[in-house]
Amino acid sequence: MTPKYESHEYDVLIIGAGGAGLRAAIEALAHGARVAVVCKSLLGKAHTVMAEGGLAAAMGNVDKADDWKTHFRDTMRGGKLLNNWRMAQLHAQEAPDRARELEQWGALFDRTDSGDIMQRAFGGHTYKRLCHVGDRTGLEMIRTLQDRGVQMGFDVFMECTITRLLKDGDRVAGAFGYWRESGRFVIFRAKAIVISTGGIGKCWKITSNSWECTGDGMALAYRAGAELLDMEFVQFHPTGMVWPPGVQGILVTEAVRGEGGILRNKDGERFMQKYDPKRMELSTRDVVARSIYTEVREGRGSPHGGAFLDISHKPAEYVKRKLPSMYHQFKELADVDITKGPMEVGPTCHYVMGGIRVEAETGQSSIAGLFAAGEAAAGLHGANRLGGNSLSDLLVFGRRAGLAAAEHAKKTTAPAVDQGQIDEAERELLAPFERPEGDSPYQIHHDLQETMQTLVGIFRNEDDLKKALAELEGLKERAKRMRVEGSRLFNPGWHLSQDVRNMLIVSEACTHAALARKESRGAHSRLDFPKTEEEWGRKNHVIVDRSGEMTLFEVPRPEIPDELKQLLAEEAVAAK
Amino acid sequence: MAEATMRIFRGEGETGKHVDYVVPLVPGMVVLDAVHSVQAHQAPDLAVRWNCKAGKCGSCSAEVNGRPRLMCKTRMDDLPLDQPVTISPLKTFPLIKDLATDVSWNYRVNKKIPPFQPRPGVEWKMYQRDVDRVQEFRKCIECFLCQDVCHVLRDHGKKDDFGGPRFFVRTASLEMHPLDGADRVPLLKKTLGIGFCNITKCCTEVCPEEIHITDNAIIPLKERVVDEFYDPLAKLWRKIRGAKTA
Repeated sequence: MTPKYESHEYDVLIIGAGGAGLRAAIEALAHGARVAVVCKSLLGKAHTVMAEGGLAAAMGNVDKADDWKTHFRDTMRGGKLLNNWRMAQLHAQEAPDRARELEQWGALFDRTDSGDIMQRAFGGHTYKRLCHVGDRTGLEMIRTLQDRGVQMGFDVFMECTITRLLKDGDRVAGAFGYWRESGRFVIFRAKAIVISTGGIGKCWKITSNSWECTGDGMALAYRAGAELLDMEFVQFHPTGMVWPPGVQGILVTEAVRGEGGILRNKDGERFMQKYDPKRMELSTRDVVARSIYTEVREGRGSPHGGAFLDISHKPAEYVKRKLPSMYHQFKELADVDITKGPMEVGPTCHYVMGGIRVEAETGQSSIAGLFAAGEAAAGLHGANRLGGNSLSDLLVFGRRAGLAAAEHAKKTTAPAVDQGQIDEAERELLAPFERPEGDSPYQIHHDLQETMQTLVGIFRNEDDLKKALAELEGLKERAKRMRVEGSRLFNPGWHLSQDVRNMLIVSEACTHAALARKESRGAHSRLDFPKTEEEWGRKNHVIVDRSGEMTLFEVPRPEIPDELKQLLAEEAVAAK
Repeated sequence: MAEATMRIFRGEGETGKHVDYVVPLVPGMVVLDAVHSVQAHQAPDLAVRWNCKAGKCGSCSAEVNGRPRLMCKTRMDDLPLDQPVTISPLKTFPLIKDLATDVSWNYRVNKKIPPFQPRPGVEWKMYQRDVDRVQEFRKCIECFLCQDVCHVLRDHGKKDDFGGPRFFVRTASLEMHPLDGADRVPLLKKTLGIGFCNITKCCTEVCPEEIHITDNAIIPLKERVVDEFYDPLAKLWRKIRGAKTA
């Protein structure tokens, strides 16, 4: 190893310190692995911290009839049956244990009268199922996991960005990155790597996502030869803030509707009656987002192009207790008192169901030693994710990936690191400083967001998607000539230049897959193919790099076993 | 179009000065938006931390017109815009660059606090009335504004002897957890130096989560220290009862 680089060696390297990464780290540590966690921000600031509404787990604390079978059915139906059935089954079966475990590590959920974890209603869930802490469930979860990990003794590399996975033949050997503060390079050698870098929301202009959600892990895996799955499925959360412009996109938790919030258009009509009379406001997110969008497009929107969401019929004290951060958010940022009047809300890019293709049980990708979990991985949510299933996903599959990575590390010898790959990674990182002229990464990012927002949004059609691909080609060319000013010391422009490269990869993958899927299903709505086609329900899209070309092919969706098919056909007992 | 002047600190390590940037105003704009506008159009290497831009992560802490605040929750139209808006990094922590400071000391203090330790054989039942007060402490988003404003740290530099309000809040969240069985009172006295706090309540004033740091965390903890170290009768009584709650 060249001494000019700072270098570390671990059994398991975890990239990303949100819920999935931290849970993976805890499990890998518990199985005796030496574990490093690398994250772009300070510990505890990952996007998980923004999760509001809750964690879905069929504990039956409030609605006694709930069980894993109903949760499984809700998840599969919400995902329009495109989900990996085995992941949906494991998720539904294991989520209650993962929630109880958090409590045993110090998390304090809201309580029922009998002293158990309180659960609330959410879209697409048959029963009251979301364990929560007011509307700050993500904060409770990340703090609990962070404290647990620190106590167990993982090494955390904060404000450190991985720019490339290193390989030894067909398996992963480690990762190359840089310290954001100093700009110095660092190399991690590892027998196994878990990618838990979250989503891709920053490719869109109106988004609830934090700056970190730039598809890093998916791009790293793709560039290393791994397969991406279901990339066309991007969730637009129905309720983001729409006014004032400065706060556009900031999330308004689904818990507002879970606690009884009502959606109306400018005529005062409760429009969900038209789109989903049975579930109304608690329909799935894809349906509610499209409904709001349609109301606005047809001229029935609120003054600033959204819908009205009203919870003011509930007692003010109740609203403040169950939705404290929503109360403050609207009061401070929009001068609206939600205990007295409605909020204005509209769709905001929120989550990607697609991601790295993994094995259900282990999170193992198509590359030996490379695992993925959480939003960076695909499969559990199919064509549309139910609210609350993300936090439980992080715990269930974070744990499984951490366990599998630790086991893998035990069985394998230390990989060799190739100097040629390191040199290339270094050249790539420094190149933007050396160009005398070129676009700034901020400008390219801005233009990318415009393209994705306008052409690859909630409703799609062939012309728009083709135009998007052409624009993405132009952006890729400009990105090759991207120029960065200043030094390597804590330089956000330089940092963004790395993120932009990743965002271009995942944006292109999303657009290709969206163009290829000639139907509407879940979060993917094609105006030119408005129907859900049975044939399309039997296949997923895989995207892989073939000699520098982004290549898309279809794979059959894993066949659902008969006993689970039976379950899917049944109806649950109505909640009391 | 209306404009505002942002007077932003630029510098590295020990040196630096405030530089003026003029930005166009957008309705509902917060200070962090203005800083981002400067970054995108005038100073691409301007160092600033942020994550969620929704007041949930506690990353974008700075001193706006001399007051410790989250930039994402400070609206431009709440500030006097006939004069420049001055933005400086947190004074209590060493400067890295521009608005980014080295807050790693906080993570080191945190490691000294014994984690949640359920009492043996405990039944996992808790009631809302028992968790209410702890949930207040767990709202903390670790923005470290309370640490920044605390004069024990800011003016007297007692980082070796004093944990600061953030870690009294954290200790309180563990000590008052209904099922916790560990004793952190000696730690509060010796390692975290709670005696240095003279309850000026500056921390409470700047807390963006509106945690009553002084009244609900620090004062009750101070009382426990007094009970344990200076009140032998109370200490004996607790030993007999075997309970640690006040």
